[in-house]
Amino acid sequence: MTSPGHAAAGLGAADLAAQAAALPVDGQWPLWEVFTQSEQGAPHEHAGSLHAVDEEQALQNARDVYARRGGVISLWVVPAAAITASSAGDSGPFFDPGAAKAYRHPQFYKAPRGVRVL
Amino acid sequence: MSGVKGSVTPPPAVPPNVLFEALLRLGDDRLVLGHRVSQWCGHGPILEEDIALANIALDLVGQATMLLHLAGEVEGAGRDEDALAYFRDEIHFRNCLLVEQPNGDFGVTIVRQFLFDVYSVVMFDALARSAHPELAAIAAKALKEVKYHLRHSGDWLLKLGDGTIESHDRVQRALNTLWRFTPELFAADDIDRAALAAGIGPDLSAMQAQWISIVRDVVERATLTMPPDVPLRAGRTARQGAHSEHLGHMLAEMQIVARSHPGAQW
Amino acid sequence: MSDDPAAMAAFEARIANGESIEPKDWMPERYRKQLIRMMSQHAHSEIVGMLPEGNWITRAPSLRRKVGLLAKVQDEAGHGLYIYCGVETLGADRTDIIAQLLDGRAKYSSIFNYPTLTWADMGVIGWLVDGAAIVNQTLLAKASYGPYARAMIRICKEENFHKRQGYEMVSVLAAGTPAQKAMVQDAVNRFWWPSLMMFGPSDVNSPNSAELMRWGIKRKSNDELRQRFVNLTVTQAIAVGLTLPDPALRYDDATENWDFGEIDWTEFNQVVRGNGQCNQERLDTRRQAEHEGAWVREAASAYAAKQRASSTSVAA
Repeated sequence: MTSPGHAAAGLGAADLAAQAAALPVDGQWPLWEVFTQSEQGAPHEHAGSLHAVDEEQALQNARDVYARRGGVISLWVVPAAAITASSAGDSGPFFDPGAAKAYRHPQFYKAPRGVRVL
Repeated sequence: MSGVKGSVTPPPAVPPNVLFEALLRLGDDRLVLGHRVSQWCGHGPILEEDIALANIALDLVGQATMLLHLAGEVEGAGRDEDALAYFRDEIHFRNCLLVEQPNGDFGVTIVRQFLFDVYSVVMFDALARSAHPELAAIAAKALKEVKYHLRHSGDWLLKLGDGTIESHDRVQRALNTLWRFTPELFAADDIDRAALAAGIGPDLSAMQAQWISIVRDVVERATLTMPPDVPLRAGRTARQGAHSEHLGHMLAEMQIVARSHPGAQW
Repeated sequence: MSDDPAAMAAFEARIANGESIEPKDWMPERYRKQLIRMMSQHAHSEIVGMLPEGNWITRAPSLRRKVGLLAKVQDEAGHGLYIYCGVETLGADRTDIIAQLLDGRAKYSSIFNYPTLTWADMGVIGWLVDGAAIVNQTLLAKASYGPYARAMIRICKEENFHKRQGYEMVSVLAAGTPAQKAMVQDAVNRFWWPSLMMFGPSDVNSPNSAELMRWGIKRKSNDELRQRFVNLTVTQAIAVGLTLPDPALRYDDATENWDFGEIDWTEFNQVVRGNGQCNQERLDTRRQAEHEGAWVREAASAYAAKQRASSTSVAA
């Protein structure tokens, strides 16, 4: 799953807003991210986003936009604003596996000879 | 979308013309309404709604296709769903007045849809227990779809009724205007009575009680006012071919290409 | 977010390495702007593209064609939506982008400024226009910008049915009555050259190309894609007994390409500048929908605000 990061690049949005024609401001509907589950036991995966004013509308729209071809048994809709993403700069220590921390790996643990563990 | 396959086995008690007429009524309602809703594609208030309305139109035309296909089989005169849809004149259509009304603005469309969706849910719920197996099967499948349609139109009725002053006024006006077409939905005639007696059709007066209860609940939650009762217009109903002038124009557009090339394949 | 040389070099190395650029990754301002422009244009094309085909939904001559066409146009709305949402990840606002379309600042694919005059246009559009779009889109599925590539993968899956449906419609008409055959040949005669123009000007005249290729947004040249489309399509036309309105069309055994005649770039430029047959009508229709939908969008927002306010006060 990738981080949506809609607020990432403020410059461009400001440019566009400054140039926009004077259409009535009709309360832009908030953005929601949609996650779909394709079969029992599978994780929910990010499918895309859409605009809706509330949960009920978000669910219905998600079903129409992302699930109308079938192959979806469960939908999650989340306000985009509710998602916290790691930032691009959080590489390295933030994500590095504990390579020095052998206790997370099966090889750390010895079993007595002749005993099947798994 | 193909109709329900297999041999047609109506219960012995029902005259075939009753079944044929009943199926035309069901099919024509959905063909006309599906056509009307499809006109919104590319013109909706927001992209998400274009997609939603298209889904509803697709479901309705799909249901119409199955119902008219079955009607053609029952008639046994070699007419399939396309022959029935494209080569009948308006006086032979059996849809109700409500569905042939023009789309108007989004509020009119939603009110029309809502009133019909409640009717459909109650109708297909009853028909899923029809003694006619093919009809029962179509109804059971359609019931799932129309429950979703009602979820959509009901939610919009709430949002528009309890949104802004403008939206409230628009849908209240739409409700007041379309109300006069609702008594016809439950006006039983000989066909309905025969279908009911044979166990293949619903009890319209029982349906009406359910319908009004659901409608009132949503209307009031939407902060709207139930329009005053209006009597059924005297004379033949649209179900007997007495349509408004809207249907002719709609069918002229719908049928023009097919009729310009009779016998052609598409 | 200055475009310093080290950051730029690292960025271009990532792209050369086939990596996916995601919304929160560093990117040159120009990359972001180019993407916003390209993706917006693409999304606008999908939305405007609903109109020439939407024109025939109510006249579809069979129930099967009626639902097929309606489903196709619905897909186009969905494609527009996927891409608008993709543009939003770059910090642009859907309302602002749409405003640019409606006031004529933003471009969309020129093909949609042609009128659809007969039912046969529906088959021909599916076959030629979607066919041309697929040639383009298959490569965009590997675009360097993650959200765009992912939207394109979804779109490519859905697009296949459009082209197959169109070609099927064309073959049925071509094998039909004399009137149907004449109808589809006429439609081909009107849409062939505009379909070739969909690939854009010759690369010599395409200023953005080199940079877009280096940044993994454009993978092949306009001319290469156009030639690929011609090669595919001529065979398909021959298979159903239709002719293409190009007397210069000739198979070259050496290159294994179908050589074709000169495109009338004057017509293309006129259409792109807003002077095509339907430019005005397309934008008027979109403006009308936007305008008439305003009270609906406002109502939904107002309703949701009221609900939030009352649930807050209940909680408090």
